[in-house]
Amino acid sequence: MMIVILIPIVLMVLFGFAISTEVNNIKVAVVAPHRTDMIREAVTRLERNEYFTFCGYVGEKEADMLLRSGRADAVVVFATDYDRRMMQASEGLPSPALIQLVLDASDVNTAGAAQAYLQGILLGSASAQDMFETRMLFNPRMKSAFNFVPGIMGFIFILVCAMMTSISIVREKETGTMEVLLVSPVRPRRIIIAKMIPYFVISCIVLVMILLLARYLLDVPMSGGVAGIFSLSLLYIILSLSLGLLVSAIARTQVAALLISAMVMMMPILMLSGLLFPLENLPAFFQVISCTVPARWYIDAMRKMMIQGVPLSEVWLDCLVLLGMTVLLLTVAFKRFNDKLE
Amino acid sequence: MKDTVISVHELTKRFGRFTAVDRISFEVKRGEIFGFLGANGAGKTTAMRMLCGLSYPTSGRGTVAGFDIRSEGERIKRHIGYMSQRFSLYNELTVFENMNFFAGIYGLSRQETARRAGELLERLDFASERNTLVGALPLGWKQKLSFVIASIHRPEVVFLDEPTGGVDPLTRRQFWEMIYEEADKGTTIFVTTHYMDEAEYCSRVSIMVDGRIKALDTPEELKKGFKAGSMDEVFGMLARQARRGE
Repeated sequence: MMIVILIPIVLMVLFGFAISTEVNNIKVAVVAPHRTDMIREAVTRLERNEYFTFCGYVGEKEADMLLRSGRADAVVVFATDYDRRMMQASEGLPSPALIQLVLDASDVNTAGAAQAYLQGILLGSASAQDMFETRMLFNPRMKSAFNFVPGIMGFIFILVCAMMTSISIVREKETGTMEVLLVSPVRPRRIIIAKMIPYFVISCIVLVMILLLARYLLDVPMSGGVAGIFSLSLLYIILSLSLGLLVSAIARTQVAALLISAMVMMMPILMLSGLLFPLENLPAFFQVISCTVPARWYIDAMRKMMIQGVPLSEVWLDCLVLLGMTVLLLTVAFKRFNDKLE
Repeated sequence: MKDTVISVHELTKRFGRFTAVDRISFEVKRGEIFGFLGANGAGKTTAMRMLCGLSYPTSGRGTVAGFDIRSEGERIKRHIGYMSQRFSLYNELTVFENMNFFAGIYGLSRQETARRAGELLERLDFASERNTLVGALPLGWKQKLSFVIASIHRPEVVFLDEPTGGVDPLTRRQFWEMIYEEADKGTTIFVTTHYMDEAEYCSRVSIMVDGRIKALDTPEELKKGFKAGSMDEVFGMLARQARRGE
């Protein structure tokens, strides 16, 4: 029981602080034949930037070595006549490459981010400085934790409700106690509901905990209204419980229940719900499949409500889909369960 | 009439085109130990499930403890006890907690539960094991415990589905002594078994072959009728007629 409550906390802290998709601490070396004032100025900006660690000026051969050994992630090579070409560029004359960026692309994400950052900072020395004004909406500090909180919620409730419920019901089948319960005057429906209640309560505790952590530890805005977030989460919890019931009606052994939960429910949530990978990047076929994954709709609605501050009424489509899925799953699950008894 | 606890007439259960139980009829009197024998697949379990209100008969009628098995299944459940062939108490609960749980399920009051639990513990000579986890008990003890818990709500009939599987002969003897004791108090016992020596302990025995009851009488009469020395031989003769595979 304790584990179920601990897992969400650990996940929240892990995703909130330790694991982040932001790129930090990029090690940059600089190759500059002449250290002119303009180059110095650019390098100072680089040094001051919190995302970069400046490794010093190096020669070309040494730069290659640093990249190979992993002591540098990127090398900035200034052209020999950097100052002159820069002048030309600022006068609007065509000028060939001023700066060469050499990046260690063994980690594509880091390399991509580093390239974008470096271009921004180095171009900042040219007159291009004022050409762009970027504003990050909804998540101005680009914190990845914001994105993960709804994802973790979509994952955790399936874990607690669907997996644990199905295992606990199937265990009774496996040990034979279910048979004895069914011969007793207690109605099957009541047995099932009784088995679900503890996991419902645990989920509610977990929900409150996640929301508190998200609000006060990770500063997720939740501007869409706590009531809306809460009620949609309750719907999702009920949906997960009915998924668990369905699994328990199908599976005969605890191992089977575990495998079904893990393969049929966890995998799609990780891959197809937008938790780890943006849905837009999926091939069309998988985009269609992802529509059948409940977590996709839940996570989508949660992101909108927690980060963008959209009220519940604006995510009506997600709500409707989730409600439909819940009704469908509950009906099928109860039907299957009753059929089993006959 | 009051003394007939189970009465079944032409009871049939079909699954698609397969007739699992084929027009069986019999009566069981109060306080009887009724042995329900048959090879695997003969239809014993299906018949028993119908009597327990777990399965709906395709045709035929019957009553258990005075209630109709078609329309009053839920009321039957209040008046029967059931012990399955698999050990089925909660291993992670103590002896008393198990008693308390099942007493609760059958709607016994708190005082009633405490009184019955005390009685049963004493009868099993289990008072010292009251707070022992059931999982830690030896199999024979567990089965005895299962039996008394199946009768914790003083049911009119106790259904025992192969209760002594995997138990040593001595424990089986003790188990049957408990069954006798319970039957003497007026509880009807309906028992399925694979052990033919146990069939000898029953007041009356029915033998099912291919979904039908082929023989029904006291063990003595059956042996006489089939000119056999033991129930084992009687069963052998009948079981050989079976056409259904397992």
